Amino acid sequence: MIKLENIHRDFEVGDQIVHALDDINLEIQQGEYLSVMGPSGSGKSTLLNLIGMLDHATSGSYYLNGKNVTELDEKQEAETRNKNIGFVFQAFHLVPRLTAAQNIELPLILAGIDPSIRKEKIDKVLEELNLTDRAHHKPDQLSGGQRQRVAIARATISEPSVLLADEPTGNLDTKSGHDVMKTLESLNDHGITLIMVTHDVALGDRSKRSIKMVDGRIESDTLS
Amino acid sequence: MLSKDFITLTGTSLWTHKLRSFLTMLGISVGIAAVVLLTSIGEGIHKYVVSEFTQFGTTIVAINPGKTTTMGMSMGVFGTVRPLSIEDAEALKRLPYAKSVVGFVQGNAELEGNNRTRRTTVYGTGHDFPVAFSMPVRSGKFLPDDDPNSPRAFAVLGSKVKQELFGNLNPLGQRIRIGGDRYRVVGVMESKGQILGFDMDDTVYIPLARGLELFNREGLVEIDVMYDEGTNVDQVVKGIKRILMARHGREDFTITTQQQMLDVLGSILDVLTFAVGAIGGISLLVGGIGIITIMTISVNERTSEIGLIRALGAKHSQILSLFLGEAVVLSAIGGIAGLILGVGIGLLLTTAIPALPIHTPWTFVILAESIAILIGLAAGVIPARRAARLDPVEALRAE
Repeated sequence: MIKLENIHRDFEVGDQIVHALDDINLEIQQGEYLSVMGPSGSGKSTLLNLIGMLDHATSGSYYLNGKNVTELDEKQEAETRNKNIGFVFQAFHLVPRLTAAQNIELPLILAGIDPSIRKEKIDKVLEELNLTDRAHHKPDQLSGGQRQRVAIARATISEPSVLLADEPTGNLDTKSGHDVMKTLESLNDHGITLIMVTHDVALGDRSKRSIKMVDGRIESDTLS
Repeated sequence: MLSKDFITLTGTSLWTHKLRSFLTMLGISVGIAAVVLLTSIGEGIHKYVVSEFTQFGTTIVAINPGKTTTMGMSMGVFGTVRPLSIEDAEALKRLPYAKSVVGFVQGNAELEGNNRTRRTTVYGTGHDFPVAFSMPVRSGKFLPDDDPNSPRAFAVLGSKVKQELFGNLNPLGQRIRIGGDRYRVVGVMESKGQILGFDMDDTVYIPLARGLELFNREGLVEIDVMYDEGTNVDQVVKGIKRILMARHGREDFTITTQQQMLDVLGSILDVLTFAVGAIGGISLLVGGIGIITIMTISVNERTSEIGLIRALGAKHSQILSLFLGEAVVLSAIGGIAGLILGVGIGLLLTTAIPALPIHTPWTFVILAESIAILIGLAAGVIPARRAARLDPVEALRAE
């Protein structure tokens, strides 16, 4: 469960202060499927980064699974991120010199998990995402859809409770995009909280809950 | 992170940019090779010079007349120096631990023999000389143990002088003239070669008292006391001082122990080794700057990757150690290559120029490799800290 209370995030741009997030209050239940929509600069990516603990609130409190994570130090934050949060980016962000399997393995490596356990988990996720025959290919030998599926596998390998997707289909053609969405939604069906930032209205409409942001504020919060 | 994974991640990252990694390592290799080679040569020269110096043994104490002092007024009667006499040398023989006492007077004189003339170095010395300085006689005998004040007019030739005057003839028993006085040749020394620039073979040895007379000197140039090994130097020095001060009334002589000479020599040679090492160190510094450059470029290129692994849950310390690890691997492998290169060139040089003394102590090898690793650490710190401190949001945005 995610709970944001009076979250402000201010940036200093020159001598001006920009309110990227302006008094955000938001509660997201475990297993929800939420899309965040809004024009560029409305603060939706900042919101996602803040939930992913890559960015920090200027003021306000953020509770993740009942724990106030605004109080964590850098180390605890990294560990929490490793175990509880998965990221899927528009640009995939695969490490080019590592194979698909090695890319998927990264979060487990960072957590210092034993290689035999890692192997088991990777084999399983590769099979689930239909990537087994691509395991030893480098990212540049994979199609866009396959790359994003590798990224999703990497984001979910640590079995996080929250999956954050920032324009996950932005760099993909319609068919691959559709496949990726299917993959993400099936993960949501299995209980993961899926939060997706998009400005594609058709994509936004697929989620059960949709919030619209304008100028750092939540303008609407609708359930469909 | 497990250490095996750490090695894999570091390795793949360096392997991806093979040429770049190789060139960076080469920079460190050249530096380490230069340091190892130059210090090896320096150390070799050190050993060579010290062995030249200590071939007479290390248990020598030299006594020279006069004492270096400065006073604020005329020293008057206290400033006069009594010369070291043959009697002083004889008195020193009474020291229980003195193996031999050899007085010296040295000068240049003209030699006549076998109808040839040669100007050469003449040493006035005692019968103990060959034993004390381990300079063996090739044929005949050295000067006999005569009454020190009225010795017979015998002379011993250095091998070169013998060759110059007598060629292949046997000089033993022949008469020669030294500075106009007649001497009989009783022996020829074994060839010794040059010692620190002095040609020991181009010399003639005559009894001390006759040397004093020849050069018209009132005192000896030097008295050398060889003492038993295992005797404390300070005790020897004390004993010599006691005897000479009793004879001279005050300390108007200077005692130099071989150990002191070696210490002075050693410190001079250490400075030499250090200086050539420092010259090599400059190239090592350049190699270190190479690592800083490459690691900085690497951090810039991999900004988005750094952002990504932060998002995947990497701690500051993990990113820091990954980049530091790369720098250290570069410098450590470069260091090993440099060691092989340096020692290899050293061996080649020894084969090509046997006269050039090269000596690589193991401590240098270990020290050089440690320095290489330290350079890697130092050079890696700045880029690695920059990597660890990147704002992940900004880093992810970079392409």
